[in-house]
Amino acid sequence: MAQPLLEASGFRKSFNGVAALRLGQFTLMPGSVHALCGGNGAGKSTLLKILMGIHHRDAGRLLRNAAEVTFGNPSQALDNGISIIEQELSPVPAMTVAENIYLGREPVGLFGRIAFREMNSRAQDLLDGFHFGIRADTLMMDLTVAQTQLVEIAKALSYDAEVIIMDEPTSALGEAEADQLFAAIAMLKARGKGVIYVSHRLSEICGICDSYTVFRDGAFVETGALADIDKDRLIQLVVGRPLTEEFVKDNTPGDDTLLAVQGLAADRGVRDVSFSVRRGEILALYGLMGSGRTEIFDRLFGLSGQTAGQIMIDGAPVTITTPRHAIDAGLAYVTEDRKRSGLVLTGDVRDNLCLATLDRMGVGPVMNTRAEGRAAARMIDVLNIRTASDRLSVAHLSGGNQQKVVLGKWFLTEPRILLLDEPTRGVDVGAKREIYRVMSDFARAGGAVVMVSSETDEVLGMADRAVVMRDGRVAGELDRAAMSAEQLLHLAV
Amino acid sequence: MEQQTDTTGTDRRMGTASRMAPALQRYGILIALAVLCIVLSVVSENFLTSRNIINVLRQTSINGILAVGMTFVILTRGIDLSVGSVVALVGVVSASFATTSAAGVAGAPYMPLIPVAVGLLTGMAVGSVSGIAVARFSVPAFVATLGMLSAARGLTLIYAGGRPIPALTDGYRWIGTGDIGGIPVPIILFGLVFAIAHFVLTRTRFGRHVYAVGGNPHAAKVSGLPVRRIRFAVYAISGALAGVAGMILAARTGSALPQAGVAYELDALAAVVIGGTSLAGGIGRVSGTVIGALLIGVMNNGLDLLGVESYYQQVIKGALVVAAVMLDRSRKTED
Repeated sequence: MAQPLLEASGFRKSFNGVAALRLGQFTLMPGSVHALCGGNGAGKSTLLKILMGIHHRDAGRLLRNAAEVTFGNPSQALDNGISIIEQELSPVPAMTVAENIYLGREPVGLFGRIAFREMNSRAQDLLDGFHFGIRADTLMMDLTVAQTQLVEIAKALSYDAEVIIMDEPTSALGEAEADQLFAAIAMLKARGKGVIYVSHRLSEICGICDSYTVFRDGAFVETGALADIDKDRLIQLVVGRPLTEEFVKDNTPGDDTLLAVQGLAADRGVRDVSFSVRRGEILALYGLMGSGRTEIFDRLFGLSGQTAGQIMIDGAPVTITTPRHAIDAGLAYVTEDRKRSGLVLTGDVRDNLCLATLDRMGVGPVMNTRAEGRAAARMIDVLNIRTASDRLSVAHLSGGNQQKVVLGKWFLTEPRILLLDEPTRGVDVGAKREIYRVMSDFARAGGAVVMVSSETDEVLGMADRAVVMRDGRVAGELDRAAMSAEQLLHLAV
Repeated sequence: MEQQTDTTGTDRRMGTASRMAPALQRYGILIALAVLCIVLSVVSENFLTSRNIINVLRQTSINGILAVGMTFVILTRGIDLSVGSVVALVGVVSASFATTSAAGVAGAPYMPLIPVAVGLLTGMAVGSVSGIAVARFSVPAFVATLGMLSAARGLTLIYAGGRPIPALTDGYRWIGTGDIGGIPVPIILFGLVFAIAHFVLTRTRFGRHVYAVGGNPHAAKVSGLPVRRIRFAVYAISGALAGVAGMILAARTGSALPQAGVAYELDALAAVVIGGTSLAGGIGRVSGTVIGALLIGVMNNGLDLLGVESYYQQVIKGALVVAAVMLDRSRKTED
């Protein structure tokens, strides 16, 4: 058997006396893609941060190519061939690909002048070696998210990294773009590199990884080859209890149409979009990234300019030019990026829950603090938001609980139509299920749900009907009976 | 890394820390102020006298009122560099309605309602112009209010013909020199402004809106908040409060000087920053700002009492501002 690239054992780490990692254990072999799985608070982030030299372990041994090592800071880890591709990339947008790859260690010529030609050709060789199809002199800002990730991979390789950690690399990618990334991962594997792959998307893990290690509640649970395990078993390991089903769905679509959209145009070339959704129905807007799904939501919610098309709610035409109109018309919009447009991260849980209903919680201009507290308490209870207090900063909650805070904010407005844009992105398996339960209950109570999702599983699991978008137009519509992953993708590309 | 999603296990710990951080921050500068006061009362026998304390409070009131207005603006991620010029403009405009010749009777002791109303409206109008530039035309606040800093100063000089407006009525001078039950009017006004601002920010819908817009304007917009109106309003408030400060200054001086208020925006900013309000918006309190203003006031007073040249005071104040932010930063990175 080959020698492991990385071998961690007996890792322990506490913060202020609270154990974040009780038993960290992990082995990475060369030429393999190793999935690191676990829900929120499982300890995988802490393990990775120790590997990266960001945190210092309280106990445990780390072997790098059989030699014991300890990293004091991230650059020591990098010097030892361990590189990470972060979930949120931070390139310098106004510089070229080559400049980004060699940032801070540019080859220099006479009088410290940067040897641009040499830098470009070295970068180009690196990119071409993997058939990334990116020119080294392109500006970073002209690249797609997927291409930016490929550049990050190239950068990692330029450091001669042998261990490459990828943290939720597909969270911002569409399926076609993700395939490009997977091809690159396959090439890394073929060259004997070790990839540590972190993702909440278990189907993706089953598709591209060779082995898995599961953490739960700060401790190692199990490791093995993915060939010996199926997705259901993996879910069970992550969650710690058998999951009868991943999705929760007990709504039945009613007969009357609640929201009807006709000939709608929106930003980024969206035009002539028509669809309708009934009471009690969950409708999916499926499509690749950039197919115009989010733009439709923005238009419906009054966030983009007034453009062609008619919106009917309960059979009556409505004009929506601001979010206020939309809220008054009974719409609620859980945006794609909760940190950018969903939450006020400087605020606490209560502030965020009450944000859209401040008008109803006071006398004249003066707020009724008690009413705010009651409303927040109700939502924390109904949605099972795990927080020590409604006065806790929302920035400290896990992704799943943050998403529930956003949902709670909207439920307080008593909406009839829920627009959900990628509602389970960056949310662990357990919290995902709770969000599905909330969607289903909302529809069952007579509301209508329109959900944008890039995950075919989610569409198949939750939607009664799917409208498939392609290049800003409706490419087709599928009933639940007619829906399949192939059909969806077929219409979308 | 997965900081946001992978912390359930450590939520409680971070919760305590996050509740304690603002407390530490608030009491941190309060402690600094207390320590400074104790030290000064030990080294100078003149510090802890009621006369000197009233003196400090009166000197602080103008900067304090400006800083309270600045707090509203900074909470929305903005800045108002024009307040010093507005102090001068409002001073001359309102004073021109309060000269003994305008009032008709020499030294008329009437309540100066007209000059005060004119002053408040002038301040609010100037602030509104900045507010429109920022909120409606998306001009960066730094640029919009820098422009106003220059324009308002120019208007002041034009209006006053480059000369002071002298001989103000006793009624008007009362704003700066009078007292109610032994407490000088400027201190009372400062207290009122603080109390109202504190109430508005902590207990009213508008206050919630200010924090939300500063914390995340996108989220505020999606949640149906009138983001533009809120942005506009904070500049109008800052302008109006600069007006109050301008009238106090003119009334205290006895004549309105067109050169008044130069660089006052820097002291106001310093008070806000020392008081723990984040320049990134969404975090801060007026109580912090008031303590920040008092800290600056006590420090200036103490250095005066100790006979330190005023040139050194500026250096120390500058260092204090940077140190306050450095402390704040290091605390955040520890989290």
